[in-house]
Amino acid sequence: MSSSPQSRQGITTVIGASSVGTLIEWYDFYIFGSLAAIISTQFFPKGNPTAALLSALAVFAAGFVVRPFGALVFGRLGDIVGRKYTFLVTLVLMGGSTFLIGLVPGYESIGMAAPIIVLLLRLIQGLALGGEYGGAATYVAEHAPVGKRGLYTSWIQTTATLGLFLSLGVILTCRNALGVEEFEDWGWRIPFWISILLVGVSIYIRLKMAESPAFTKIKAEGKISTNPLKESFTKKENMKMVLLALLGAVMGQGVVWYTGQFYALSFMQNTMALDTAQASWVLIYALALGTGFFILFGWLSDKIGRKWIMMAGMLLAIISYRPIYTMMYDTADLTKKTAVEGSEKTDVTNSTAANGNKVEKKVVTRSYTDGTKFKETTTTTTPVGSTTADKPVVKKAVTLPSGQQWTLVFLILIQVIYVTMVYGPIAAFLVELFPTRIRYTSMSLPYHIGNGIFGGLMPFIGTALVTQAKTAGTAMPYLAGLWYPIIIAGVCLVIGTLYLSNKAVDEE
Amino acid sequence: MDMIKKVLGVVWIALGLYAGYDRIIDSFKRIGGETMDDVIFGWIILLVLTPIIVGSLVLFGYYSLTGEYTEEG
Repeated sequence: MSSSPQSRQGITTVIGASSVGTLIEWYDFYIFGSLAAIISTQFFPKGNPTAALLSALAVFAAGFVVRPFGALVFGRLGDIVGRKYTFLVTLVLMGGSTFLIGLVPGYESIGMAAPIIVLLLRLIQGLALGGEYGGAATYVAEHAPVGKRGLYTSWIQTTATLGLFLSLGVILTCRNALGVEEFEDWGWRIPFWISILLVGVSIYIRLKMAESPAFTKIKAEGKISTNPLKESFTKKENMKMVLLALLGAVMGQGVVWYTGQFYALSFMQNTMALDTAQASWVLIYALALGTGFFILFGWLSDKIGRKWIMMAGMLLAIISYRPIYTMMYDTADLTKKTAVEGSEKTDVTNSTAANGNKVEKKVVTRSYTDGTKFKETTTTTTPVGSTTADKPVVKKAVTLPSGQQWTLVFLILIQVIYVTMVYGPIAAFLVELFPTRIRYTSMSLPYHIGNGIFGGLMPFIGTALVTQAKTAGTAMPYLAGLWYPIIIAGVCLVIGTLYLSNKAVDEE
Repeated sequence: MDMIKKVLGVVWIALGLYAGYDRIIDSFKRIGGETMDDVIFGWIILLVLTPIIVGSLVLFGYYSLTGEYTEEG
């Protein structure tokens, strides 16, 4: 790595161009997850909403599970051809597949072809993301002077959070502009279409960038690896570092990240039954307030080392997750609130859908003395020609008053700060573990196993653990999902504390 | 510290094997379950998460036991 970067562009341009592209890739990836509930009704057989939602979640999981394969494919390419061209390819793949998801006709139009096409496009998204991050982090780190890698690569680390922030913002804007019904009918496609514009701009910027100086140097010296996969994963001296990176840092970082952002959102929407828009706003405020901490901890890791910041983030998360989620649950627990007498209203409407089905919609609203509002919508559909109604679909929505909303923002912000502690320094940490010739491949795989699989499956595994606890009659079953991140982060904390070095590794 | 790392190698191997056994039993129960969410969840655990947990912990434990993570390693 060069202490005097020889690239033609300034470091600000390098960071900016890399970060914008990565941010857009995250945006593309997240809109699918954020719209999973709507996508499930559009692309999966109707009649059983739970099965439809789980199918979409499975697709979501598929998007994560495939990421390590993208890391291998594009990591290898990046170590042979170069960083610049590889992360251009990933950007095109991601933008193209995202745009196409927005064009796929629904299940009612083309039958089973719809979910199959969506699944394939989702897999391409996962592959592209698997190749993108390692390239961007490596590219910026290889431009950064020694002693500033943590600070400079922390900008790349903000992109995952900003991508989520952007995706939620675009979705909420579209929902507000179109109204809920129109948005759920077709407006959800707009965030996917917008992607093509964002990707176009990013490709233009990236095309003007030069190759990383460290890669250019080893290429000129003829030191490029001819088989980075073999060199990374069959040589013991490198493989042991891959395992150490995964088990001593990235595995714990992945579950802390996905708990603090995605499980928290899922918990608010599903377990607390918080109004969807309010839950999104709570997360947006927390992310806006917390994102600067990525830079702070990236900078701090240059001063005091990466290890102890990451380990402290994991320790705090392990200790405080259960109290934090108990407090979150209590804010929307209606059994602890007092209903305003006479505030309950019931409104029943009957209508006939375009396909002839009879639809009864029953809406019950209630107010509470602390300002909380509750709304329960029960939709019962009787198919045309039948006298028996389908199983009713019940939607509950709790809307909290401003004060309690800000309590939730604070509780999520604490978790976002843990995320910044474990995630802010991780790019610099991974880059410094591996030599330039196999860096893209070697750092991408543990990163995407830790984040894509250990982290990405967190909402899925957490929800299953809660369901299992409810069935078993466990006390406070809503906390059961937290055992997964607590155990994984706990093992990672012990391994990281004992085995990781706090010294930055300088090479070449 | 080097001795602790070596001794812990046995712990990581044992933990990997136990986690594998526990996850395989659990995933089979889920795969044979009645609901679709159980089946999907079971297959993901069996085919994706379990091999990664077992493989990485056992290999890490082996390297640890053989002194790969000591100062000299």
